[in-house]
Formats: sequence, C-alpha cells, structure tokens
Amino acid sequence: MEFGPHLLLATLEGAVGAAVLALTALGLSLVFGVMRVVNVAHGEFYMLGAVLAWVVATAVGGHPALGFVAALLIAPVVAAIIAAIADLTVLKRVDYDPEATIVATIGLLYIMQQAALMWYGPEARAVEPPFNHRLAIPWFEWGENGFEMYYPWGLSTTSYKLFVIAAALLILAGFLALMTKTKIGLVMRATQLDRDTATTFGIPVERVYALVFGLGAGLAALAAVLIVPITQAHYLMGHDPLLLSFIVVIISGLGSVRGTLVAALLIGMSDGIISVFFSPTLAKILATLLVALVLVFRPQGLYGKKPA
Amino acid sequence: MTRSIALHLGLIAALVAAGLMLPAYHQGNLARILVLATYAMGYNVLFGYTGLLSLGHAMFFGAGMYGLGLAMQHGGVPALPAFGIGLAAAAALSAIVAMLALRTIGVAFMIVTLMFAQSAYLTVLYFGEWTRGDEGFVLQQATRQIAGLDLTNPLIRYYAALTVFTAALVITARMMQVRFGHTLIAIRENEERTRMLGYNTQAHKFAALVISGTLAGAAGASYALLFGYVGATFTSVQYSIFPLLWVLLGGAGTTIGPFIGTLFMFYLIDTTSGFTNAYLMIVGLVLVLLTLFARAGIMGEVRKRFAPWLP
Repeated sequence: MEFGPHLLLATLEGAVGAAVLALTALGLSLVFGVMRVVNVAHGEFYMLGAVLAWVVATAVGGHPALGFVAALLIAPVVAAIIAAIADLTVLKRVDYDPEATIVATIGLLYIMQQAALMWYGPEARAVEPPFNHRLAIPWFEWGENGFEMYYPWGLSTTSYKLFVIAAALLILAGFLALMTKTKIGLVMRATQLDRDTATTFGIPVERVYALVFGLGAGLAALAAVLIVPITQAHYLMGHDPLLLSFIVVIISGLGSVRGTLVAALLIGMSDGIISVFFSPTLAKILATLLVALVLVFRPQGLYGKKPA
Repeated sequence: MTRSIALHLGLIAALVAAGLMLPAYHQGNLARILVLATYAMGYNVLFGYTGLLSLGHAMFFGAGMYGLGLAMQHGGVPALPAFGIGLAAAAALSAIVAMLALRTIGVAFMIVTLMFAQSAYLTVLYFGEWTRGDEGFVLQQATRQIAGLDLTNPLIRYYAALTVFTAALVITARMMQVRFGHTLIAIRENEERTRMLGYNTQAHKFAALVISGTLAGAAGASYALLFGYVGATFTSVQYSIFPLLWVLLGGAGTTIGPFIGTLFMFYLIDTTSGFTNAYLMIVGLVLVLLTLFARAGIMGEVRKRFAPWLP
C-alpha cells in the first residue's frame, strides 16, 4: 500500500480506539474529579463489561443483534452496581483516603481479574457484531492519466467500526447533557466543587459518591461492550485501557470534560497511528516516559488549575 | 534498646538454626523468602519509615537482577563483581528516579513511579535479543559461585540468602537508631514541620529512595544469583505490588515486619495454589482486608497492643 492510503487506514483504526478510550477515560476522570481518588481497578470494570457482554450475548442467542443489544443494556448496569457496592463496602469505610483507596482498588483489581479467570476462564472469546459489512474506501490521486479514483487493496473499514464511533459520540453527548442539564448532574458538580458546602446544603454526599463510582465503572463497561466484537473478551484485557486512561487524565488535567475528550482523541489517534508505523513497544515506552515527565514537571496537569 | 538487640539477634539465631533443621522443601522456600524479605525491607525504608508509597519498586529489583544477570551472561563477569554491577545499576536508577519523582508528592508520586516502572518493564521486553523478554534466561550453574562456594548447593544457598538478609536487617535497624532514621520518621509524620525545624527534607527523601532502591536491587541480584533465573516477570507491575503487600501485612515502619509479612504471604499463596490457579485472588483479598481492618499490619498491631518498644 502507498503511504497515503496506509495513513488513512491507520487514522480510521485510531479513531475507533480514540472513541472507546474517550468513554473509558471519562469514567476515570469523573471518579477522580468528583471523589478525588484514583480507581486502579478501572480497567477491570472495562474487562467486566466485555466478559459480561459475552455472557449475555451467549445466553440470549438468536440473531447476533439481539444478544448485542441485550449486552449493551445489561453489562454496564451490572458493572455499575458492582462498583457501587465496592464503593459502599470498601472505599467509604477507608473514608476515601487517597493512598488507602489506591491500595484497596489494587486489591479489587486482583479480585475481579482472578474471579474472571476462575469463572470465565483464560480463553479469549469473541462476541459477534450485530452487523458487519466490509466497506472499501476509494482513494483519489492525480496520476499519469490525470485525476483518478481507485480502491487500494486492503483499504477498508467495516460498518460496525463506524457504528462504534457514532455510538461513542452519542453516549458522550448524552453524558454531557446529564452533567449540565439534569438535577443529578448539578448535584455531582456541586459535590466536585466543594464537598463540605454540598453537605451543608443537604446533598447526600456519600450516595453521590456511590453513584459517581458506579457511573464511572459503567462508562468503562459500556466502552468495552462496544469494542468487544472487534477485539474479543479476555480476563487480562483491562491493563492497557487503564494505562491509556491514566495518560489521558494526566495530560488533560481535571474537571473539564472537553480536556478529557481532546486528550483521548490525541492519545487514541496517535496510539493507533504510531503502532501501525513503528514498533508498538518502543511507542509505548516513549509515551509512558513522556507522560511520567509531564506529571513531574507539570503536576497541575493532574490537579487541574495551577495552585496560586 | 537491649530488648531490640535481643529480638534481632534472636531472629537471626533462629534462622541460622532453621537452616540446619528444616526439611529440604521448606529450606528452599525459606531461602527464597529471605531474599524477598530483603526486597520488602528495602521497600519499607521508603514506604514504612519515610511515608512515600512507590508503585514501581520492581524496576529497582529488576535493575539489580539484570545488572548481575546480563554482566554474567553476556559479559562473562564472575559472580561477585557482577553482584557489584547489579548494586550499582540499582543505585544509579534509583538516583535518577529520585531526582525526577521526588518533585511530586502523594498520588502523583505513586503514578509517576508506576509509569517509570512500566517503561522499565517495556524496555526489558524491547531489548529481547539480550534479555530474552518474558521467557528470561538461566544463569549457568558453573558460574554461580563465590570464592569456591557453590551457590547452587541448597545449604550454601540458604546461608548466602541469610547473609544478605542479615546485612539488610542490620542496616535498616541501625538506620532507625541514628539521627538520619529519626528524621525520616519525622518526614513521614509531618514533612512541613520537619522542614521548618531546619532539616533538608528533600535530601533526606533522596537518600531514603536511593537506599531503598539499592536494597531492592541487592535482593534482585541475589535472587538471580541464588536461583539462577532472570526474567521480565520480575520487573512487572505485580512485583511492585508484592513488597507493598508484604510490608503492609507484616507492619509498615517496623524492622522485622517485612520478613513476617513475606513469610505469611509466601505460605498463604503456597497453600492456596495447591487447589486453585487463581492464587492472586488471595493477594487481592488480603490487600482489601488490610486496608479495611488492620492498617498497621501484624507487627504494627503487636507494637500497639503489647510492645511499644518495637523498632
């Protein structure tokens, strides 16, 4: 393939990754923003979403679209409920102390990962996409015979991949509306701004925390349900989304949904493009080091605005 | 003071005797535990005494392990100088990491160390031509000896592990008797106030991280030398979490807590892996239960209830 079509293909693949990453990172950023804690088990809720999607889709049977829709409705809700329970039984009891929360969520990470290994097994399993048409993409070029259009070999995408991008955009719009237009969004933003004042105004902060933790996990699970027809569900799949979400949250700083989205787009796209052209391991090394250095030299990247 | 010396001497005497009396299987286990406890003690210097929670100590363990392993495998360096190379590699890496990571505090410090360790792990995989990546490589039996002592012999291996362990124990226990250690504890309790009293807290934290990283590297180099295997698993996130777990379980900020924690956890996993392959589940459960119910760990609770003099 020529460089041009190759780049277009990499961009398309990157866009799918970016769409899913945006949802996952938004969940992490929401939890960090409102509750001021880092959820290390975030990637495992992603894994849980994918595994549940397989379980639900297999149980439903029939046309793949049926199972997929059922998974889309059930898996994120179940993941959110499990997260809310974890919040009420563990995080609330350590009083949301940042360091204790990290240690506790590392514990949750292992518990969920190993529970998946015990009941789901070590195999990677695919969920059938509800629809999957191969779409060849034309390429335009000014060649020897003047302007021409042709279909380069290998340059194609599927209708399902385009659906993932559209669905992610839709969910993001819904999330924004939830945060800005509804009462519950207002309550969440109030808790984020000032926990104590919110308590004074009668906001049940602990219930808001459980809701936020559940919502964050639900977003990760939703992202996983969308991607699982493309990648397959595996009990160790939570690692990379966690790391990438960390990167997004660190780069974007906090509190702004827009910042998270821009960073997710940037990281997701470049991850897709770089790993097509370069060694993925080297790309990961450089990206990880770079982000660590961002955190070292611009810690306000993690904490939002620069302290006065 | 005398009680503390008696405790440490008693522990070492018991371990010396255990080497002769234990059956082969448990002797081998205990040798492994002693090396891993050295790793935990190194971690404890930073986490337990200075109050800095690192999520990336596997890179220091790995620096020691690969420093020794690569020198022996590809450089043909004899065991003892290779051990020195391992120590130097760990010390250099921890100095570099300290210079960068100590500019951050709290959660940011945890994430930065995690990310550095992740880059280190990926670097090991990237240079798979020499490190052989996940598969790792085995150190030749013939090269694994120091001054004519064959370190592959179980009994000699046990006492070699005990020597490394004792050295680390003496270093940390002594450190906590002198002013330097007291300053570290002061930093853990209240860094602002310690700085206001005129201590250079940044320099103390730097020293603590380098000592901690070098001890972890000593453990890594010993592990490679004594058990003859060098692999990328030892630099993965999991091996950064383990010392945290051991120290939390045994009691952070106690000299013998890391050993107790490692001993308990090793046998807990050893027993459970008999009937399930999901033994990491136990790791997760213990972590959650510790944060919920026993933040001080075993020796921490003992100190709180029975023995306030415990170092």
